[in-house]
Amino acid sequence: MSTTSGTDLFAPEEKPRKKPTRRWVELLLLVLAWGIGLLGTVQIGWVTGEGMTDRLWITAGVVGALALTMHIVIRIWAKYADPILLPVATLLTMLGLLMIYRIDVAAARRADLSDSPAPTPDVYSQLTWYAVATILFVAVLVLLQDHRRLARYTYTFGLAGLVLLVLPLAPVIGTTVNGATLWIRIGDLSFQPAEAAKIFLVIFFAGYLVAKRDSLAVVRTKFLGIELPRPKDLGPLLIAWLISLAVLVFERDLGTSLLFFGLFVAMLYIATQRRTWIFLGGLLFLAGAAAAYYNFSHVRSRVTVWLDPWAYADTGGYQIVQSIFGLANGGVLGAGLGQGFPNLVPFAKTDFIFAALGEEIGITGLFAMVMLYAILIERGLRTAVSVRDAFGQLLAAGLSIVLAIQVFVIIGGVTGLIPLTGLTTPFLSYGGSSLVANWVIVAILLRISDRARRPDTVAPSPDDAMTQVVRTI
Amino acid sequence: MSRQIRRLSFVFALLMVAVLVNITLIQVVNAGDYRDRPGNQRILLAEYDRERGPILVGTDPVARSVETGGTLTYLRRYSNPRLYAPVTGFYSLIYGATGLERTENRILNGRSDIFAVDRIQQLISGRQPVGGAVTTTIDAAAQRAAYLGLRGKKGAVVAIEPATGRILASVQAPSFDPNRLSSHDPNEIRDYYAKLEADPDKPLLNRPVVALNPPGSTFKLVTAAAALSSGRFNPNSVLPGPRTYDLPLSDRELRNWNRQQCGPGGKVTLRDALAISCNTAFAWLGNELGADALREQSELFGFDTSFEIPLRAATSRFPTDPDEPQTALSAIGQYDVRATALQMAMVTAAIGNSGRTMAPYLIQEVRAPDLTILQTTEPEVFADALRPSEALALTEMMVNVVENGTGTNAQIPDVRVAGKTGTAQTGNDRPTVAWFVAFAPAAAPQVAVAVVVEEAGAEEVSGNGLGAPIAKDVIEAVLQRR
Repeated sequence: MSTTSGTDLFAPEEKPRKKPTRRWVELLLLVLAWGIGLLGTVQIGWVTGEGMTDRLWITAGVVGALALTMHIVIRIWAKYADPILLPVATLLTMLGLLMIYRIDVAAARRADLSDSPAPTPDVYSQLTWYAVATILFVAVLVLLQDHRRLARYTYTFGLAGLVLLVLPLAPVIGTTVNGATLWIRIGDLSFQPAEAAKIFLVIFFAGYLVAKRDSLAVVRTKFLGIELPRPKDLGPLLIAWLISLAVLVFERDLGTSLLFFGLFVAMLYIATQRRTWIFLGGLLFLAGAAAAYYNFSHVRSRVTVWLDPWAYADTGGYQIVQSIFGLANGGVLGAGLGQGFPNLVPFAKTDFIFAALGEEIGITGLFAMVMLYAILIERGLRTAVSVRDAFGQLLAAGLSIVLAIQVFVIIGGVTGLIPLTGLTTPFLSYGGSSLVANWVIVAILLRISDRARRPDTVAPSPDDAMTQVVRTI
Repeated sequence: MSRQIRRLSFVFALLMVAVLVNITLIQVVNAGDYRDRPGNQRILLAEYDRERGPILVGTDPVARSVETGGTLTYLRRYSNPRLYAPVTGFYSLIYGATGLERTENRILNGRSDIFAVDRIQQLISGRQPVGGAVTTTIDAAAQRAAYLGLRGKKGAVVAIEPATGRILASVQAPSFDPNRLSSHDPNEIRDYYAKLEADPDKPLLNRPVVALNPPGSTFKLVTAAAALSSGRFNPNSVLPGPRTYDLPLSDRELRNWNRQQCGPGGKVTLRDALAISCNTAFAWLGNELGADALREQSELFGFDTSFEIPLRAATSRFPTDPDEPQTALSAIGQYDVRATALQMAMVTAAIGNSGRTMAPYLIQEVRAPDLTILQTTEPEVFADALRPSEALALTEMMVNVVENGTGTNAQIPDVRVAGKTGTAQTGNDRPTVAWFVAFAPAAAPQVAVAVVVEEAGAEEVSGNGLGAPIAKDVIEAVLQRR
């Protein structure tokens, strides 16, 4: 792997004889994260006048125990894993729980005043999902000793991902909420299959591209200085594009559609090292966007509202306008936890949780949040460049890209930078599927980083050899 | 592949920067603009999210905040809304606040600097500030008596404790219901406000302190005071009191209200001139003393000064630089002399208070949410308008008005009441204004009251007929309570 400069951030680290595991760093950061979460809980308890009830202490204890469990599992099964990923993801999860609890409190207070029955608090259900996430996290690290084993099931994952993606369209179990068909419901359990699909499809893309990238990288013709791939190699890109459009049209889910297409193009670019794919992907995106804009009113209204939310402040722009009001009220330091009006913003626990947080922790807090995401993504991408096998590289990069696109699309959406789409905010949003899926992403990234930093020699996989072949061409 | 990943991470970094720039624009650069946008409920909610402190009359909260189940946590409720509307004002979502709700807003919403100590606690605990309580000087019995007396009329009553300047009653008719302006239903508020605005009787006008009317014959108290303090006149001084007074430099003449001469041979003592409210004698007296003397005297009583009680009172005026006929008319409270009910109550109170004018005030004390007293208003001398002996002489003349003169309706058994009637033309063919001012007991007054009834009848008797009974009720209410 070539590096352009000596001080490159993503340069693989030198391999000393005895590699430090850095597990104590992880534990220290984890304790720090837990402390921040605890302080936030204390503040909300104080503001609402309830104080730190036993229930809150138990909740804080459970959160700490879950985080500690993950830490111990890493110590045993992924000793050399990146020490930053777990504390950052834990802190984000705790901030999400904190905000959900805070909105629960506001809702309960409102209900109490109007003598209506108290709404079921969501924070305990989110906590349960965090526990489920922990179980899957442990399962991934214990059962998946080598990430390269995933490559064996490339097409199985591909098929499963595709099925999951279209599952909400299935009769009986498919459910439409707020206009988007994203959920499946079995009994009382509802599930957003796209969340699992994104992991499966990253695995599939990684496996598929490792196998096919040499042919996809072949340049046949040049047109206006742009290298064009062979027409027959355009197939995969077109299929990905069509599937994304299908998601947009049939499930009315702009965010997921954007996520999958963007992910595929980015991974294609990494695998083939050809900018052409970005260019072609961009063209297809523009074509798809234009077609969607002119043919689907829900897409058109999103764009119109985005261009001037104030003109639709009472209708389509209501959410984004309320979100901006909340953020503006937060200002530099924020209203303080428990002292804003996050419940005025629609979907404050889910889509708009970032704006709800922004009102109470201010721009100071939001900058910190964005930095947390940036660190998470950066550590993921760093893992990608440091791992030796091509599949691992693509897998780690793909998972990081999923996080990056999601963070940008949802945060950009709720702040009016780009049109609003309904993606979840990783780790923060209320919702089990998203939380569990994102923790599985972290687990896989940890597994890959453990592989990357592990000192014992690992036999190079055949894929690596092929990488060398491609390089030398 | 690393190079591509690095490039992508650079792109993601740019996207994050774009997000951060955008957040900065919203939360810092344009935040103020967004806060003021219509449809942003937050400022309002923040205001309505705190428990606003009560406004108290005695220990009775006449305005207080109650919790609701709605989006706005607290609702302002007024007990006896119409009775206390001129004091409390309203606290509206749409039209802001008036009255003490406006002037004491920072006390009531807990943001005043006098809560600094509590504020530090709140900062640490992160709790919302709770508002302080404002206790008024209003005497519930006096307020009610005045309110009942004015029912069905148009006008105002102000009662003052002469020794301190405490305002015991401030009543207007017609009044309005601040509850309906302070509700959480914008349509109800708008409808009611529009109705009040359209009412020709102007119920939203805070009549006791801002309605300016010519004080008519009650201003003769100021002229008499000027005469006594000049040293040239005493109650027994004989003044010319003919049937008509030829206004100098003009062909107009001024008549007495009963179109009679004021005494045998057109001669009348100062005492009798006040008792029968002799226009010609006071007009002559006005020119004898001169406009400057009258103005000076009126200013010692509070004219030409704007008072904040803390409601901002309209400034009562004595005309600047009147010529002789204008001075003559001014001396009997006509021409451009304008006074509020508050001002005439101050004149009366000062006479009762041995000639010392006290600054009027409406707030007794301010209490923290935990009821510790944070501020108490101390009585403040505004000016010495008369020497005590002169005040005593004028008091006796006013007692004579009630016992033997035009103000007989204010008589109270076993209490010596000092008073003065008044009727003023507000202009040609315009309805008259009836006044009655009084204080009692004459020797050591506990209350001074000014009653003004707009669009009264025609004659001088209307002050006695309309005003005096109300003044009497207010005085009795105060005296009976003690």
